[in-house]
This record gives sequence, C-alpha cells and structure tokens, in this order.
Amino acid sequence: MTVLTAPAPAAVLTSGKLPKWAPWALLAGSFLVAFAVFGVAAIGGDLADFNIAGAAVVGILLYMVLVTVISSIAESRRKAVDRLMTALVATAFLIALLPLISLLWTVVANGIQRFDAEFFSFSMRNVVGEGGGIVHAIWGTILITLTAAVISVPIGLMTSIYLVEYGRGRIAKAITFFVDVMTGIPSIVAGLFIYAVFALVIGPGISMGIMGALALAVLMTPVVVRGSEELLRIVPNELREAAYALGVPKWLTILKVVLPTSIAGIMTSVMLSISRVIGETAPLLLTAGFTMSLNTNIFSGQMMTLPVFAYGQYMNQGTTPDAALDRAWASALTLILIVMVLNLLARLIAKWFAPKTSGR
Amino acid sequence: MSTTEQAPPVAPPVPPAPPAPIKAKQRPGDRVFSGSALGAGIIILIVLAAVATFLIIQSLPAFQLDTSDNHILKGESFWTYVWPLVFGTVWVSLIALLIAAPIAIGIALFISHYAPRRLAAVLGYIIDLLAAVPSVVFGLWGGLVLAPLLQPIYVWLNDNAGWIPFFGGQVSPTGKTIFTAAIVLAVMVIPIMTAICREVFLQTPKLHEEAALALGATRWEMVQMAVLPFARGGMVSAAMLALGRALGETMAVTMVLSPSAVVSFLLLTSTNPTPIPANIALAFPEAHDTGVNTLIATGLILFVVTFAVNALARWIVARRAEFSGAN
Repeated sequence: MTVLTAPAPAAVLTSGKLPKWAPWALLAGSFLVAFAVFGVAAIGGDLADFNIAGAAVVGILLYMVLVTVISSIAESRRKAVDRLMTALVATAFLIALLPLISLLWTVVANGIQRFDAEFFSFSMRNVVGEGGGIVHAIWGTILITLTAAVISVPIGLMTSIYLVEYGRGRIAKAITFFVDVMTGIPSIVAGLFIYAVFALVIGPGISMGIMGALALAVLMTPVVVRGSEELLRIVPNELREAAYALGVPKWLTILKVVLPTSIAGIMTSVMLSISRVIGETAPLLLTAGFTMSLNTNIFSGQMMTLPVFAYGQYMNQGTTPDAALDRAWASALTLILIVMVLNLLARLIAKWFAPKTSGR
Repeated sequence: MSTTEQAPPVAPPVPPAPPAPIKAKQRPGDRVFSGSALGAGIIILIVLAAVATFLIIQSLPAFQLDTSDNHILKGESFWTYVWPLVFGTVWVSLIALLIAAPIAIGIALFISHYAPRRLAAVLGYIIDLLAAVPSVVFGLWGGLVLAPLLQPIYVWLNDNAGWIPFFGGQVSPTGKTIFTAAIVLAVMVIPIMTAICREVFLQTPKLHEEAALALGATRWEMVQMAVLPFARGGMVSAAMLALGRALGETMAVTMVLSPSAVVSFLLLTSTNPTPIPANIALAFPEAHDTGVNTLIATGLILFVVTFAVNALARWIVARRAEFSGAN
C-alpha cells in the first residue's frame, strides 16, 4: 500500500501521510462497528437472526467512506482516490470468492449425505423414491468421455503438429481461424449437430453413447489443438536443428525429439480438456439420452451420464423430492471431485515431467 | 620459404552462385506423417463445414410457410417464435456481462498489480477453480441456494425501487428470475474474463508503469495512465469472448430460470424471456417431427450469433496485436 513512500527529505516538500497501519486499523474498526450494530439489532429483535453478509457489506462500505474522507483530509485528494480504488479492487476479488465458497460448501455439505456405499454400487433401475445410485451414470461418463478423448486427442495433436511444424500459407491460416471458431461453438449446438447428422443418416429420434462421445469430441478437439500448439511452439528450435544436422528425417525429429520434450505439457493440456468436457450436460442430453439402467455398450441404447443424472434428478424430482435432490447433490459432488482430481493430476504431471529449461 | 609474408592479392569477390536450395530427401515416413497431420487439420475444417451444412439442412423444414402441423410453431411463422428467444439470449447475456465485467477487471487488476507478488499465483489459481466447476453444478447451486437467498432482496428492491422500470412487476415467489440466471452466468464467465484481462495487464510495458510512478503518480493513477489504455483492446475482446460463452450456456440458465416466451425487460418477475439454449434443452425431449427441425433452426441462429460475437472478438485481438507497442 505504501510502495511509493520516499524517505522524506524535508518536511516542507512532503504532504501529509497516513501511517502504514492506518488503513488496516480503519478496516478492523469499521468491521467492528458494523458487526456491533448488526449484533445489537439482532438482540433487539429488529432482525430475525444475525446477518453476517449484511454486516460484512456495511463494514466494507463504511471502510471505503472512512478511508476516503480521512485520507483526503490528512493526505490529498489524489491519495484518497488511490486508497478508494485499492479498496474497490480488493473487494472485487472478495466478491468473486463468495460464490466459490458458497458453492463448494453447499455441494460438500449436501452431497455428503448420500455419499455412501449404496450410491456407488447401485443404478436407478426399479428405484422409486429413496435409495438408488449412480453406477450407470459413472460408467456412462467414463465410457463416453474416454471415447471422446480417443477421437479428439489424435486429431487435435496431429492438427497442432501440422500447424507448428508444417503449416504454411492459406490452409494453416484457415485451420487456425476455424479452430478459434470451433472453440466458441455453444455446447448445445454441438449436440444438435450430432443429432442432425444421425437423424439424416440413420433416422430421427435415435440416441446412443457414441453420439454423445462425438458431440464431446467436437467440443474437445479445439481445446486440445490450442493447448498442444502452444506447447509445441515453445520447444526450442535448436533441438530440431540439432536433429536435422544429424540427418534425422523430419517426421522422426517430431516423433523422437519434439514430442518427448513437450509430452508433459501435452498430457496436462489433454487432462485439462477432459476435465472441461466431463461436466458437459447439454450435448449429452440431446445425444446420449436418459436411462435408469446400466448400459456399457456405446453403440446401442441410451446411456446415462453424471451431469445428465444430476440435471434429471433436479428437474424431475418425482414423489420424493428430498431423495432426488440428495442424489443430485451427491452426483454433483462426485463430478466436482472427478474434475478436481483431473486438474490436480494435470498440474502434478506438468510439475514432475516438465523439461528443464533455462531462464523463464 | 620466404620470410616476408605478403598478403595474397585480393581476388575480386566473386559473387557465389546462389546455391540450389537443398531439398530434403522425401522419405515415405515423411510423406505419411505430414499427410496425416494435414489430414487431421482438414478433418477439423470438414467438421465445421458439416456442422453448418447439417444444421442448415435439418432446419429447413422449420421455415415452411404452412406451419399448422408443427407442434411447436402451431401455425405461427418461425420468426415470431424465435424473436423472444433471441431477445432472451441477448438480454440475459448482456446483464451477465454488465455484472461480470467490472468485477473481472477488478480481480485481474488485483492479481496483476495490487496483490503481493508471491500471493498472485495462488489467487489466480483460486479464480481458475471457478472455471473448473461444471455448469450443471452451477445450475444446482443457482436454483437451490442462490434463488431462495436472493428472493427477499428482490422483494425489498421491488418495494423500494419499484419505480425503476426494471424492478417493477409482480416479484417471483421462488427467486427463479432472469436476474438470478444472469448472476449465475456472471459467476461462470468471470474466470474467463479475468484470465484474459490478467494476461493483458501483465503485458503492459514495465517502462510505462515505472515512468508513471517516477512522475509521482499514485498506483491508481499509474493504472489509469499506463495499464488501462494499453489493455483497452484486450479488455474489450475478453468481454466479447465472455459474451460468447454466456450466449451459449445452457444448463445453468435452464435450471435457474422459470421460463416463458415473452419479451420483457422486467428483471424480478416469474415470466422471464427464455434464452435459445435453455429453450432447446427444455423442449427437445418432447419434440418430434418438424418440432425437432424448429429447435435445430433456433440452434442454427444461436450458432450464427455466437460466431459473429467471437469473430468480432478475434478481430479486435488481431487488430490490437498489429498496432500495440508490445510487439
């Protein structure tokens, strides 16, 4: 907060300056006051119960007013504006933290209630009311996501190799542009596209696992291309030149030099893209369908997935809404855990296998 | 051997004949590999072309003049059906963007220029966590936690600020309004906007910042004079990309909104305009025959709108890259 302080040479040349601790003391003070006021109101019966959020909001507003006024009196108007903006910027960050904390807290607190053995060993077949589990949804998610990865990783990786190692001219430019466009395809449009293709080729009203996998692959490929392209580009040219100088053909150079150097990063970006599509709901809703029983054949019959399961339990709560909502929360928790584990793995891989580079 | 060594007479420099460009020997491995790399790239182009073609083919039946046997259009023209949906899509995304933009820029500034250097990476990672949460979880949270939480605030807003046109009308008893959906969308796009803004802010030339500080600017004045003007293009394109994301988001909106097909600017009532993606997700399971084609046609319109927004964003980025001092 006081980076700009210069050792004061002569008192006359410096304007007034609040001591370093002043803003912090003000912050603590305004929070104390706000909480005291709200506490008194709660005891006095004006409020139903003690309102932490309200107290925090009032505390922050109080601090902003106080610090601006005090600073403009003791320092200068410019310093006051600076302090106000510092407070605003920090508040923006705190505001973003609120939904994250609230979301994680509610998902964990509500999801833990059905986080039992039955939940992970039964499907919803013949389950009415309470009980039931998500085995079918977990299998569906794993199979569909893996198939999507098997389709999109080779295509994405080869495309990025083309863009970095071979691509010149118009085709490369077109591919770069359209990969960008593809990143922006709304997920539900990807689902509609696959549905439209299968409706034309096979007939309308069909849904099966492979359609979901294809829809996810459409969404995943551009992410893989973007990620691995960036990583292939940072492989130093000296490595390639050294290989060429030894007479290694270009394709072997790419296979044996470029890819091994960047494999850690590429695996990371693949993991991140998987964790991105594993939570997709809309395309699967249109393509993979909706079922209560376990189906492990992606080429026939509808397939349940975790996000669609959570969505279905929320939208059609049936006769026992509490049980349905508990299942929805528990599957949301499962989904979040899977995504977090994938993210963590990705970061660990990046850390463990990162090639030693010099400089930044 | 002579002891006096004389420089050899300098021969007039003969310009060396330009060497014939050395062609690498074409090996079959090379051909196969480069061919398959090119093939992969072309597959992507084909897929995109296929997306457009199949969507167009499948949506043609929706544009028939006689729509009396279409169970979704029920005799109306397609455009009367789609107009409230387009309005809903744009309206909810714009509100979300209005909420998200200042917060995201604030967070990006906080991480890049205000937070202690050592904390910045951790803080950035925390914001990225928000991006990792699946949209269906946001939907659950928005519908079951946020909506009941906001409902009393809506009542209060309606009582005290009902004279503002947006807050008028009959307040929704569930809190499942377009405003709640916009807030959830804002939370979802904040990480995207923050990530891009942060990158752009960090690219501000250090010399500009130090020059401002050396002239006695406070930190905010430095940000105002050096960082924000430099980052203007980047911030605009970040906002556009976030808008593109918000336009296509389905689940969170579907689960938070109580939908109806109206054009209404009221934020707090229970008759809300429905965005296209939410409408598709809700109507698709029951749709059949030409009804499906109608929904696919709305999807096509969504595709065109997001494509336009994204292309505009890329164009702004590209323009900025050409003229910015950083390159």
